Order: sequence, then C-alpha cells, then structure tokens
Amino acid sequence: MNRPLLRFLLGRLVGLVLVLLATSFVVFSAVHLAPGDPVSFLMRGRPVTPQARAALTAQYHLDEPFARQYLLWLGDVLGGDFGRSVQFRQDVGELISQKLPTTVFLVVYAMVLVTVVGLILGIVSALRPGLVDKLVLAWTGTSIAIPSYIAATVLTSVFAVKLGWFPLYGAGEGFTDQLWHLTLPAIALALTFAGLLARVTRSAMLDELSREHVEVARSRGVPESQVIRKHVLRNALGPIVTVVGTMVASMLVATSIVETAFSVKGVGSLLINSVTVKDFPVVQALTLLVVAAFLIANLIVDLLQPLIDPRVALGGDPK
Amino acid sequence: MFDKTTAGDTEARPATSGTDTAGRDVPLLDIAGLTLRLPDHAAARPILDGVDLRVDRGETVGLVGESGSGKSVACRTVLGLLPKGARAEGTVRVEGTDVLAMGAAGLRDVRRNKVAMVFQDPRASVNPMRRVGDFLTEGLRVRGVPKEQALARAQELLTEVGIRDPHGALRRFPHQFSGGMLQRVVIAAALSGDPALLLADEPTTALDVTTQAEVVGILRRLQHRHGTGMLFVTHDLELAAAICDRIYVMYAGRIVESQPVADLFARPRHPYTAALLASTPRLEADAAAPQPIPGRPVSLAEAPPGCAFAARCAFAIERCRSEAPALVSDGPAAVACLRADEGILQ
Repeated sequence: MNRPLLRFLLGRLVGLVLVLLATSFVVFSAVHLAPGDPVSFLMRGRPVTPQARAALTAQYHLDEPFARQYLLWLGDVLGGDFGRSVQFRQDVGELISQKLPTTVFLVVYAMVLVTVVGLILGIVSALRPGLVDKLVLAWTGTSIAIPSYIAATVLTSVFAVKLGWFPLYGAGEGFTDQLWHLTLPAIALALTFAGLLARVTRSAMLDELSREHVEVARSRGVPESQVIRKHVLRNALGPIVTVVGTMVASMLVATSIVETAFSVKGVGSLLINSVTVKDFPVVQALTLLVVAAFLIANLIVDLLQPLIDPRVALGGDPK
Repeated sequence: MFDKTTAGDTEARPATSGTDTAGRDVPLLDIAGLTLRLPDHAAARPILDGVDLRVDRGETVGLVGESGSGKSVACRTVLGLLPKGARAEGTVRVEGTDVLAMGAAGLRDVRRNKVAMVFQDPRASVNPMRRVGDFLTEGLRVRGVPKEQALARAQELLTEVGIRDPHGALRRFPHQFSGGMLQRVVIAAALSGDPALLLADEPTTALDVTTQAEVVGILRRLQHRHGTGMLFVTHDLELAAAICDRIYVMYAGRIVESQPVADLFARPRHPYTAALLASTPRLEADAAAPQPIPGRPVSLAEAPPGCAFAARCAFAIERCRSEAPALVSDGPAAVACLRADEGILQ
C-alpha cells in the first residue's frame, strides 16, 4: 500500500466514525423528542407500578441529564450492546443477527437481478437506437415509477395466487427453498433499481460511444463486439459502479416495504414493525446499521474508482 | 473469420506490389467522383461533391482546406468510416478494390492490414483508461499476433518514434504522457501494422509549434523508411508544402485545384489557392503583409449553384455564380475555375 492510499483510507475511516457518531446522536435524541413520558411509552400505556417505574428509570438512566444518558448509551453501543428490544424482550444485537441473513440473501438476490437486467437493458438500449431503445426506455421509465408495494401486490396475485408458481409469503429454509421463496420479493425489490441502472448504463455508454478513441479502435479493424467491451463498456464502468454501490445500501432500506408485503422475517420488516410499536432500541440499532452500510458502500465505490479510471487519484496526485 | 487475420498471412503479403492481378499499375489510393450526402429532411445535402484524389505508393499527398471544407470526412471515407446515415456515390479504391462496396470482412482487412490513420488530437484518440501497451498492441492482436510478439513489436516502434524507456512506457497510462509524446505513440500504433497507406488528419494541429516540427519529422522519417504512402490532411498550406509531393486544395466539399508542390506555390491556378497563399504570414523582411480572404468559408450545403468560392473571389464574374466549374486536368495540374485560362492570377 502506498502512502497516499493509506492517508486516504485513514481520512475516510475518521470521517466514517464521525458520521456514525453524529447519526447516533440524532437517533438517540429521537426517543427523547418523541412526545410523552418515556416510561409509560416503554410500558405502552399499561398501568405502571412504582417498582416497575423505578426499575425502568434505572435501566434506561432516565433520572440522569440528557448528555449523560447519551454517553452511557453510546458507551454500551460501542461495547456492542444495543440494549434490549422492548417488544421481543431480547438482546437487540441477537435479534438483528438472527434476521440479517434473510435480508442479506434478499438484497444479494435482488442486486444480481438488478445488475444483470439493468446492464443488459442499458447496453441494448444504447446500441440499438430507434425502436428497441424506445421500448426499453418506456419499460425502464415504467419500472422506475412502480412503487415496490404495488409490484409486490401484482406479483403475488399473478405468480403466487393465480399461477401458484411461487409461495405467498415467508422466507424458506435452506438455499434452494430460500431462492424459491424470495424470488417474488427480489423481483419486487429489483424493478425500480434495475430501471435506474439501465438508464445510467445507457447514458454512460452513449457518452463513451461518441468518443473519438472508439472511432480510432474501429478504424484499426477491431471487431465491434471488442470495441464495445474494451472501450465503451469498460469506460462506462465508473458511473455504473457508483450507482450499484449506492443501490446496495438503499436496498437495505427498501427491503422494509417488500419484506412486510411478503411477510419475510428480515431486518426490513423488523424495522417497520419496530417503528410502529416504537421499539426504540431496535430502531436505533437498525438506523445505525443502514447508515454504516451507506458509508461502507461509498467507501468501496471510491476505492474502486482508481482501478477503473487511472486518472482518478486517491488522496492526491500520484506523481 | 474469413479475412486475413493471422500473422503468417500478413507477413507473407508483399508490402509494396504496385500491380494488380492483371499486372497493370494500380494506384495505392484512387478516389473517383466521391459524393457524400447527409440525410437531412427531404433533400439530402451533399458534404462532398465529385471528389477525385489519388495517392501513389510512397507518395505524400496533401489535402488542404479550411475547417468544414470536408477534408476530414473525405479522409475517413478511405477507412469506410462514414458519418451516420451518410450515402456515398463514386468509388474509393485502395489497391484497386472499392472500399465503399466492401462487406465487413473486407473493411476489416483494409483497416488492419492496408490503411492506418493518425487522428488530430492524441488525447482524444487514445483510450485514457487503458495502458499505452494495450493501445499499441491492439491492432496487432486483432490480426492474431501473439501477445508477447506484439509487445516486443510495440517496444520496437516506441524506440523508432523516439520514446525514452519504451519498456516502461508500455505499462504507463496516456495521461502520463505529454501531447507530443502521445502523438508519437499514436503514430507508432498506426505504423504497427505496416500499412501501405497512412492517413494523417491534422496530426499536429493539437500540438504546440516545436512539438509539431518533431512530430512531422518523425512522420516523414518513418514514412520514408517503411515506404508508406501518406495522405496528409491539414489547413496549413505551409506545412503541407514542407512535406508533400502534391497538394489538393479543397473548398466547400470540392477539389478546386491540385498541383505538384513547387508549381502550386510558384503558380497557383485557382483564386482560392492564391488567396490562401496571400493570407499566410511570412518571415521574410520584405514580404508583403498577409491578406485575409474576405467573407467566411461556406459548406457545400449552403453554397450557391455556381462556384462555391464566387462570393469571396476577387475575380468572380456573372457566369461564376450560376455555373459550377468542372475540375479540368492539364498535365500534372488540375483546376476548377472558369477563368483559369485567362491568366487572371498573373
């Protein structure tokens, strides 16, 4: 590893920690900004005995000043302790780690669909101006506009209810069963993102197709397929990778709707559920997780850029 | 793949055979009656009109004209690179075979083995994301030359064009080179396939003056060494004069004059050529001040029915505005001017 790269990484990691810290503050304050008495809130309106009230006050340090409460909570979080879920009476870390694999499976599945479909549509659209391009544009425009819950409803009624090809709900056990169960959710999740990626791929390719070095390659008798692969697509990778990177993180949020629609027990449905019942320790942990995912995805994208375009220098000029 | 793509084939092909199968002399490049139209609304507008041009083996021919005169378009046509949707009439023969009538395989053969092109801006013509070595060997690799051999040849070519540390240069990226150095790389790449014809489309316009001289020098040296014919496209008449054997002057998509260099300078026959010469600044102390050509260059599309230059010509008469002059040959010279024989330029 060279020094500028090391310096760049160090800077980005410091930035990552700072952003997470700021997020943690916002996330923690949210509980206290919520109207009402935290204890009756935690007990969800049920009558509270003085003993229970005292116990809860002690557990959540409610008698301490706000800043101290935050620091105490932050200390726990840094130690990997996100507290206990009010709803499930279970350790939050444990709860999330049980549900995360399903969501990761779903996101990876959807991302594979997005990448394959988005790239193919984008490439075809860029290379076949005219009718094909118009059709693809119409389709991607539509798919971007379809909200995932509508897609989920339509997919379910057609492929699960009418045709019975896929199960109505649940995540399944084992790889193939999960694949089968999560196909419709993955498609519902992938639709919008695939449309976006197709659009980005198309415009990046068109941009590169008009470059002179592409003409130069043709003028040397390089076969068209190779011109497209080694010059056009190769050079269009920058924006494509950037978009795919941010999509992975956005998808983590988007799973909340799709998982709820298909009753898949992942962190997405957990998030919706926890927000609804105001299970704040879980919401806090999941929010931090999503923000961390965004930051890490961005960091990876930035690290990939100089590999794609040698003119991009991380942490200053390499010369 | 039915075209010649193997190294053995290309090496076996004689570099300069000046005759076709019947044993007649065949010019290296013979453009005849080339007319190019862009589809625009109902009436297709022409951007080239009846262009005749010839380059013999080892000969350097200049194609001179202002921007928009169609010289670059004409040059690219030789490689079968037409503007999108353009329709071409006439013939563009390379070693006797018409490029315009070729299928994909024939075009690939011409582009890989016979004709190479050096473009104007080296920054734009080399893919910035790939290594210089990839760029240099690409032409050889598509002809089936093994990678190691292609790299060795590339290194040799880099040495020939005067790049220091050619081995290291192969691993570097285009942005690590200056414009002049990169144009040397482009020239090396163009010569990698031992083409019989080199098309140079304003190869020095994007470079600064001292670099220009070096690049032209390299181009000339290599062209002589390899016996390559060259079509040198430029707007710079002085530069063309310095390196070319013959010059074609183009105006608004038509060839208006062609002459051997010395004659063209001594006795221009077309008023446009004369005006171009008069507009060139000179270094001599007693030289006349440069005379600008009045008006602005027009494209063929907006040109009036007669001679396209008539509106800017000091010698234009009524007939010039209605009657388009044909290109008339007179020995080694040819001129398209109704009043060429009247001695108007004496």
